[in-house]
Amino acid sequence: MAAAAAHRNNKRRRFSPAPGPTSATAPPLDSLADELLFLVLDRVAAADPRALKSFALASRACHAAESRHRRLLRPLRADLIPAALARYPSASRLDLSLCARVPDAALAAAPSGSSLRAVDLSRSWGFGAAGLAALAGACPDLADLDLSNGVHLGDAAAAEVARMRTLQRLSLSRCKPLTDMGLGCVAVGCPDLRELSLKWCLGLTDLGLHLLALKCKKLTSLDLSYTMITKESFLAIMKLPNLQVLPLVGCIGIDDDALGSLDKECSKSLQVLNMSHCQNVTDVGVSSMVKSTPNLLELDLSYCCPQVTPSMGRSLQTITKLRILKLEGCKFMADGLKAIGSSCVSIRDITDVSVAAITSSCTSLISLRMESCSHVSSGALQLIGKNCSHLEELDLTDSDLDDEGLKALAGCSNLSSLKIGICLRISDEGLTHIGKSCPKLGDIDLYRCGGISDDGVIQIAQGSPMLESINLSYCTEITDRSLMSLSKCTKLNTLEIRGCPRVSSAGLSEIAMGCRLLSKLDIKKCFEINDVGMLYLSQFSHSLRQINLSYCSVTDIGLLSLSSICGLQNMTIVHLAGITPNGLTAALMVCGGLTKVKLHEAFKSMMPPHMLKNVEARGCIFQWINKPFKVEVEPCDVWKQQSQDVLVR
Amino acid sequence: MDHSQNHIHDQSAANLCYQFGSDNPFLGMGIQQPFAPFTSPFGACSSTNIPHMDWDPATMLDNLTFIEEKIHQVKNVIRTMVDNGSQLPCRPGELGQQQQVVNADLTCLIVQLISTAGSLLPSLKNSSFLSHPPAGHTGIVKHVGSSSSFVPNELCSPEDYEELFKGFTDGAMEGGIEIDNVLVEELDAKDGDEGGDAGMDGEILPPGSYELLQLEKDEILAPHTHFCTICGKGFKRDANLRMHMRGHGDEYKSPAALAKPPRDTSAEHEVVKRYSCPFVDCKRNKLHKNFQPLKTILCVKNHYKRSHCEKSYTCSRCHTKKFSVMADLKTHEKHCGRNKWLCSCGTSFSRKDKLFAHVALFQGHTPALPTEAKTSSDQIGAVGSHQEPAKLPNSMGSSFMWGTSSGGNSALDIKGFDGCSDDFLSTVNFGSFNFSFGPADGFTGEPSGGSFPMMPSEHFQNAQKKGKN
Repeated sequence: MAAAAAHRNNKRRRFSPAPGPTSATAPPLDSLADELLFLVLDRVAAADPRALKSFALASRACHAAESRHRRLLRPLRADLIPAALARYPSASRLDLSLCARVPDAALAAAPSGSSLRAVDLSRSWGFGAAGLAALAGACPDLADLDLSNGVHLGDAAAAEVARMRTLQRLSLSRCKPLTDMGLGCVAVGCPDLRELSLKWCLGLTDLGLHLLALKCKKLTSLDLSYTMITKESFLAIMKLPNLQVLPLVGCIGIDDDALGSLDKECSKSLQVLNMSHCQNVTDVGVSSMVKSTPNLLELDLSYCCPQVTPSMGRSLQTITKLRILKLEGCKFMADGLKAIGSSCVSIRDITDVSVAAITSSCTSLISLRMESCSHVSSGALQLIGKNCSHLEELDLTDSDLDDEGLKALAGCSNLSSLKIGICLRISDEGLTHIGKSCPKLGDIDLYRCGGISDDGVIQIAQGSPMLESINLSYCTEITDRSLMSLSKCTKLNTLEIRGCPRVSSAGLSEIAMGCRLLSKLDIKKCFEINDVGMLYLSQFSHSLRQINLSYCSVTDIGLLSLSSICGLQNMTIVHLAGITPNGLTAALMVCGGLTKVKLHEAFKSMMPPHMLKNVEARGCIFQWINKPFKVEVEPCDVWKQQSQDVLVR
Repeated sequence: MDHSQNHIHDQSAANLCYQFGSDNPFLGMGIQQPFAPFTSPFGACSSTNIPHMDWDPATMLDNLTFIEEKIHQVKNVIRTMVDNGSQLPCRPGELGQQQQVVNADLTCLIVQLISTAGSLLPSLKNSSFLSHPPAGHTGIVKHVGSSSSFVPNELCSPEDYEELFKGFTDGAMEGGIEIDNVLVEELDAKDGDEGGDAGMDGEILPPGSYELLQLEKDEILAPHTHFCTICGKGFKRDANLRMHMRGHGDEYKSPAALAKPPRDTSAEHEVVKRYSCPFVDCKRNKLHKNFQPLKTILCVKNHYKRSHCEKSYTCSRCHTKKFSVMADLKTHEKHCGRNKWLCSCGTSFSRKDKLFAHVALFQGHTPALPTEAKTSSDQIGAVGSHQEPAKLPNSMGSSFMWGTSSGGNSALDIKGFDGCSDDFLSTVNFGSFNFSFGPADGFTGEPSGGSFPMMPSEHFQNAQKKGKN
């Protein structure tokens, strides 16, 4: 902020003599080298993205400097691409993830010879082989192309991708029509590929994968999750000389036989292997596989080995470099866990004994997830805090955690993510300990912690200035005081205060003014929030992407002011008494970047159908909700009892 | 040549056997014209002068000498036939004549043998063989002689022929025709004598372990193999014939008549049957040096059609490939033109793995997409360049909205926008915008269709893709 302010002063100083004749002599901005200027701009942009815009508007020189500075373009609509590329000729990355619909013509509008090196089309649809052909022609240096979720992209598109000779990183996840022919084109056409994702490409067979292994020897990362790979091509892929990362999630064709056939010729470079959900892999296969992969750093065997046997544990010990081992959903034999020893383990069904074992043996534990571990007593949870002082991530959702446990956790000063939702026994006292001793906390989840009130939240907000995300849903005691203290956390981007009936527009306005980076906001069932809050949001929260307004007191005016936030993508507007079909239609027409809108089903018939079609054609998806109107918020303990009853039934 | 007629030979022989069994079995073979010089001096003494009771060694010797001479003669005739046959293609008429000769000779031989043997048996007094006047049967012999190569049709009763044919077609199923089998065995033995062991070389089955059958060309090519004995209608299947027979009277409607003819006794199963192609010089012909028999009657049919018949079925896709068996054509048409796996070098493969092996082997070769897909993508590309003007309404429309939405006092602006929204659709100023809305009314609105009306070409592309997939 300080840097930005300095710059504004700079500009002003430069501009003040502008009308005079002496303005041509050494303007201060020109004296700065581009490198220095760019460093300054980087810091400015990190603090407030909109500062760059005001900087560019200051003068022609500033405008030019800003044009040279920007590397990443993230247009809100596809039709802005040509203008953006003309304005920022030196941009190297084009991120189209905000444009739901990118027609071929938009891609064809890229000027030839552009310096683009990376294009992200992972969340876009509407383009085909023709658009990719135009892109390949226009961007000769393209090295990174993300075509994930191109469920309509087939071999023709892959053949155009194959014309991008310099491609190093390519994602074709979920390109389901892709077959071996298309992959063959890519394998031959892009020999420099380093990273390739073929997740969910169900049309591929061993033929294509075998060819890929033959032609792209430089591959370091290859994602083959959920493909039909079998032993035939698996052996060839394991011989890739540079392969380091190989996710094989849910590959049912990989079995013990395939793993057992790996011999000494297998490449030694593999570091990360993910075989979770490979149903046909057992401990026998794993034991034989680890012999040929001695350099593994990470191994994920979740939900694949039905049993962890002591012999498998011993064979895992031979991989001396192993840092992360995931055995989620595996049944442990008592000796198996001991044999694994010093690795980080995240498992379900933990009991006190195993917690004691983990805490005593893994003192350097970094991440521990223990969601819904109802067998674990609070005493065991205290052990975690006492022994694992290096913990950075902790998930104790729905457990018996109490203030004593939180006090013990206060020893973990590196904690950055703490999820303690549905822990009804914690109170402000425990949060005070956390707030005082965990300054690096970035993400805290207090969902349905009915015992906490403003004081606890204020402690957290004061103690954790780096806070980015906080979930206070159904903490019914929360008032505007909490929001005011949270508004000091300038990095906050996610705020969920669903079902907090005591917060009002006053608190929200503080948040809007303080937290300029706010992008996700959930104020469902905050009945006190009205149009005033929306007006503040539209004025200050230009980064807002997602908002849930259900059950609020917002009317057409609030909605229309909100729709002036041009980046808004996701809106949920259900059960708002003050919204009329006309106002809703106007808001939808104005928000050009919407990708998903949830509305009550009653509006479907009340809105002009051609308007809906037009909005849909821009790339927006409507979801029609017909849930009954239900105002009251039940207390947290009642809710927990109900949900447990449902589970038991 | 002789062997191409062997089957018919059989048939006539079989006929003779029948007549042996009948009342007047002894035919006056000796009096046949070609052998008149031999028979006339002999016949006198053999038929009239031979005393029945006491057998004369001299007469016996004479008889045997005659038989020997006769055998030599037949041998010569057959040898000439073989020689001719290897040089010239057989002509039916000539063949028939020669066959008559051989037929007559062989019948004569048989008669002689039997009569000689009969005279040797002391118990066989007043043998009926010898008592019959030979002249009475010349008519029949002549009849045999005058019949063409289709002897069976003329001589055998239709039932016999039917049964015989069934015996062939159904394999061992209808083995009720002992005569047929016996005779074929005889014939086989004879073949073995004549052809030597040359024909059976390289066989897994030793020559004697199976019985060898040879069908005639007409029989192989006959469209029907089952014939109604009453009206003569032909059928491909036995069951169809039985169904047909119901129309000829109630006696054919009984369950027994309609039932499938029972499978034969195990004794019949033991005889392995093999088939020979009637085409001389064919490897499947039993005279060939490296003869390999055909296993089933179906093999015979397909082999004969494929190898020795005109290929009358032409592929309707490529118009080049021709087949003589309909099933072959259908198999070909399944693959013809489709599943062509192309490489960028122009080579095409019938199988995908072959293409990928080729691509893996050669540097720079790429799998090429089928030409249809290629042209369609080219078309899209061309249309894509056409889209430049079509893009205008989009940018215009959205920049309009952009302008309103980025304005500070948005609520008012938007109100205005909303109010005039119905108007601007039809105003001239927003003509291009109107263009973009126009088709929207008729637009089906499926969320994944992805055809915003301002991009008609895109719709086209999607449609094409759907068609392709």
